[in-house]
Amino acid sequence: MQKKEVKKTDENILTRMVRNQMFIPLLALAALALFNLIAGPEFFAITLGTNSAGNPVLSGYPITILDSGSELAILAIGMTLVTAASGGQDISVGAAVAIAGSVLLRMLCGGNSRPEELAMPIIVAFLISCIVAMLFGAFNGVLVAYFKIQPMIATLILYTAGRSIAAWINNNELPVITDPGLSYFGGFIPGVPIPTPFFIAVICVVAIFLVLKFTNLGLYTQAVGINENSSKLNGLNPQLIKIISFVILGLCVAVVGLIKVSRIQTINYSVIAKDIEMDAILAVALGGNALSGGKFNMAASIFGAYVIQFLTQTLYRFKVSADALPAYKAVVVIVLVVISAPTVKEWFGKMSRKFKVKEVA
Amino acid sequence: MSNNKTKASGSFLDKMNNLTDTNLLLTITIVIFFLMYIGAMIFQGGGFLKPQQFFNLLNTNAALIVLACGLSLVMITGGIDISVGGVTALVSMCCAVYLDNMGGNVFVSVLVALAIGLAFGAFQGFLVAYLDIQPFIVTLAGMFFARGMTTIVNTKPFNVANEAFVALKNARVIIPGMGSVNRKGDYIDAYVEIGVIVAILVVIVMFCLLRWTKLGRSFYAVGGNRQSALMLGINVKRTRFLSHLICGLLAGIGGYVYFLHVGSGSPSHAMGAEMDAIASSIIGGTMLTGGVGNIAGTLLGVLSLGTILQIVSAAGLGEAWWVGITRAAMLCLFLIVQSVVMARKKK
Amino acid sequence: MKDNIVLQMKNIHKSFPGVRALQGVDFTLRKGEVHALMGENGAGKSTLIKVLTGVYSKDEGDILLDGHEGPVAIHSPQDAQKVGISTVYQEITLCPNLSVAENMFIGRTSGMGQNWKKMNSDTEKILKSLDIPASATQQLETCSLAVQQMIAIARAVDMDCKVLILDEPTSSLDEQEVEKLFKLMRDLRSRGVGIVFVTHFLDQVYEICDRITVMRDGQLVGEFEIKDLPRVKLVSKMLGKELDDMSDIKGEQKTYERKAGEVPVLEAENRVSDAGIKPFNFHIDKGEVNGFTGLLGSGRSECVRAIFGADRVTGGTIKMNGKPVKINKALDAMKNGIAYLPEDRKGDGIVGDLSVRENIILAQQVLRGFFKPFSKAKQYEIADEYIKLLSIKTASADTPIKSLSGGNQQKVILARWLFTHPEYLILDEPTRGIDVGTKVDIQKLVLKLASEGMSVTFISSELDEMLRTCSRLVVMRDRKVVGELSGDDLNQSKVMSTIAGGDK
Repeated sequence: MQKKEVKKTDENILTRMVRNQMFIPLLALAALALFNLIAGPEFFAITLGTNSAGNPVLSGYPITILDSGSELAILAIGMTLVTAASGGQDISVGAAVAIAGSVLLRMLCGGNSRPEELAMPIIVAFLISCIVAMLFGAFNGVLVAYFKIQPMIATLILYTAGRSIAAWINNNELPVITDPGLSYFGGFIPGVPIPTPFFIAVICVVAIFLVLKFTNLGLYTQAVGINENSSKLNGLNPQLIKIISFVILGLCVAVVGLIKVSRIQTINYSVIAKDIEMDAILAVALGGNALSGGKFNMAASIFGAYVIQFLTQTLYRFKVSADALPAYKAVVVIVLVVISAPTVKEWFGKMSRKFKVKEVA
Repeated sequence: MSNNKTKASGSFLDKMNNLTDTNLLLTITIVIFFLMYIGAMIFQGGGFLKPQQFFNLLNTNAALIVLACGLSLVMITGGIDISVGGVTALVSMCCAVYLDNMGGNVFVSVLVALAIGLAFGAFQGFLVAYLDIQPFIVTLAGMFFARGMTTIVNTKPFNVANEAFVALKNARVIIPGMGSVNRKGDYIDAYVEIGVIVAILVVIVMFCLLRWTKLGRSFYAVGGNRQSALMLGINVKRTRFLSHLICGLLAGIGGYVYFLHVGSGSPSHAMGAEMDAIASSIIGGTMLTGGVGNIAGTLLGVLSLGTILQIVSAAGLGEAWWVGITRAAMLCLFLIVQSVVMARKKK
Repeated sequence: MKDNIVLQMKNIHKSFPGVRALQGVDFTLRKGEVHALMGENGAGKSTLIKVLTGVYSKDEGDILLDGHEGPVAIHSPQDAQKVGISTVYQEITLCPNLSVAENMFIGRTSGMGQNWKKMNSDTEKILKSLDIPASATQQLETCSLAVQQMIAIARAVDMDCKVLILDEPTSSLDEQEVEKLFKLMRDLRSRGVGIVFVTHFLDQVYEICDRITVMRDGQLVGEFEIKDLPRVKLVSKMLGKELDDMSDIKGEQKTYERKAGEVPVLEAENRVSDAGIKPFNFHIDKGEVNGFTGLLGSGRSECVRAIFGADRVTGGTIKMNGKPVKINKALDAMKNGIAYLPEDRKGDGIVGDLSVRENIILAQQVLRGFFKPFSKAKQYEIADEYIKLLSIKTASADTPIKSLSGGNQQKVILARWLFTHPEYLILDEPTRGIDVGTKVDIQKLVLKLASEGMSVTFISSELDEMLRTCSRLVVMRDRKVVGELSGDDLNQSKVMSTIAGGDK
């Protein structure tokens, strides 16, 4: 024990910090915060007001980040698992959110697009939408695991069809729910000034950490993602584990669907959760997880999700329109993948070694 | 007798087995396309009996044909490019802004389109080939970048009023002897748009490139087995780079053909075009795993997809979602067919 | 350079992180000879060839070629082709999706256009002259492996090479095909081509080769005329034991005798998998240590994989303690108390990015089931226990396994399987590429486990090790079992002659 301690302090504190997976998202957060601080600290102002229903609510950019970032954090949970197990990403999450939301509305309305009363309790409708979303996840998973189609191509199918399916489920009508009960999930619970999505995200995060602690999900997905042959020889079923990861992502999608629908009490098939797949993938990458699969750090992904939302809000602050956002984020993606590409890392390694040699000389 | 039959089918199967993968999948595509088109003629009659229906199929899908040719090329080389739809939108918007707001001329606008396409192709190709980053991630970023840039260039959709351009847009190439007589008894000439001519040229050039040049064959080699290709003395990195570069160039050309067809710039142009291009290539017998594919098949793939969508809408399933679902179902079906056919062939 | 020498490699050194793969190897090839390059796995043959063909860059040494002033620089396979060195690898390095003709000519002709007609007719000519049963327009994938191999050779031959390297070209060929290949090789030899022939089939070496260079552990053992090196002597050179001092070390193991009324722990009958082995029978008793021996590629690994269900099992039965059991996949075997340490440590064994701790608990964790993970504290306890027990050198239990040395990685995998408390443990090359100290540790451990009642199957390329630990050896050649040795027959010369086969 004694020896180990000595050895640990031997290592440069700086290199240890840099090696930590939280380093990149933390650095990004610090940079963004500093940038916003310089541009004007009013960005961080939080005000307590009341909303139209007369309930106390907090507002301001930081609250918006917590609010919208929570959706992303929930998706990042599933996306991390899919990435780890299959070495690819699911690009159909946005479309799948549309489906889940559409199912939820359909269940609540029961065919009537302006219902006076809900056709069934929200919880039942939500469970049904969960099942549907998980089935679509399983569909993706089967294509990936059994038909050996690359994850991103396999999910391209649902990516195209998803929003059409969502429209079809409700006959392309836009049902509006007036029941205030639904609005709590994406808005505020009366008397609580913090947006509900944050609490939902906390529940999801706690749930996934409990699952990771009390089951072997983490060990199995990582083992399959790192070395499929070896996992097979250790008695694992790689196909099943890949499918499970997609099903879990389906569950996350359903939760986000609930929040999204609750926010506006209705749905817009072509706009709901648009481009969210990009953000979810970014969150995983920013969390320092290899997009080629294998080892993952769930906490870093979730934290990464909030940092991405921070970036989004910062861009909004500078009057970047929502439609132009993807361009900026694409640049971030490219920077991230380029610096984490093996060839580039190798090159950096060589350069730094050369540099050191020169220093010594 | 039955014995004889099994024997005959046996030799037929043998023949199928002797077909190269490319020809096998191409054969499937040809059969499917003709069955579908003839089926549509028989059961829906009407428009499908007129040649113009077919030419309209070309008119509406000219841009897609060009994009799909590029996609087939990268897919044959073992890559993928999903930025082509975004590039198309960006090209339309840039050209529209240049022609109208900046009073540019048509010839230069074509160069603008080509430059944009080449820039995307070169950058993406560099990242994929020389830095060895997954093509999907790179081009996904490319797609979002192009879409985002489109709105940055101009937020609102608008029609181009530039006279020279409108003249070009409305130019018709008459196909002699294929016209039909309308209800009033007037003879109406069959026509195609300029874009179709461009698309046909692209198909011919690409077909020749892939079939009759060493470079073309090296795309197949790299897609078939990258390691082997290297051992056989092919410059794998350069080949992969070129596949993306050419695909980018074709996205530029396709973008301009699209622009010529719609005559406007809009951030929502060519939504999901990458998906249609991929689906067409796959339907046309290009393997996602690389090394197998044929430009003729790609052309038929585009037409098959177009026909299916026409049939769907002619069958009264006009709602927008049916189009999306049909498309995805076609893609899914062909992906699974490929996966199964190839797995069985391996055995 | 002397007149008849076409290629000379002098004092070649090559190191990989942690391994000195080549240490001052010399190699000389003369015009018009077939030169066998022999050695067991890890001897450095393939590294030497890859240095020669430009796949690896050498650290030190010179390559001299006939017709070139001074040492030549070869940095890529293309460079090698340009100076007249052609290679045919064991794994086919052709493109399966292209036609035969394209595979013959792609990447080596100048010009932009592709002249199909000329290419096809040229190809037909070559195919005909070499008597290869394929047509120019056929897709390569539809040819048998043998034909593909011959096409690869035809390509190499047609490039007008001075040096032709054949890296285990015969492993997928049947006898007739081998005969055809030999005819081709003789033909080339008479044309003055120098041929380097790497193979594990001794019969073939003696049939076709003029000279043999033997390597072991990255070093040159020597170059011999074929007539000076009889079979048994060759095997002894490869395995690293001089015949003269073959004092026939009798192992330390006791001769095993089954107690009355006891049934074997495991009994396999006509077991066969899709990995290309002939059906085999096998049994092992409680507390017995036995082994599969044979040269590389003889099918020894495939046999144990078939027992464990690692490859797709296509037939045969397995009885554990007299009761028939169904073993079709790894989990079945694990549930029946079988553990398997695979030959390919990197590809099949370690889960590289995971920690030592996770690698140790993995198999037992899978057996316990999805919902019963070990607590973190328990995991550390287990990991520390095994790290101590096997004296694994690692910074901590949380170190990623990939940063450990080969020997310590192997110990971790061993720990993984010991922790499942198996009744029957299969160790496939557990000592390959690890230092002597660890080797001895592992051998001792095997004997200790056996004395505690575990049955162990031990496979190693080093005969010494096998003799020291095993009380019975199953000998394999050419993918089938050719003998079983125990008791007094367990000595070097007997084992070697059984492995070598033939009369010499």
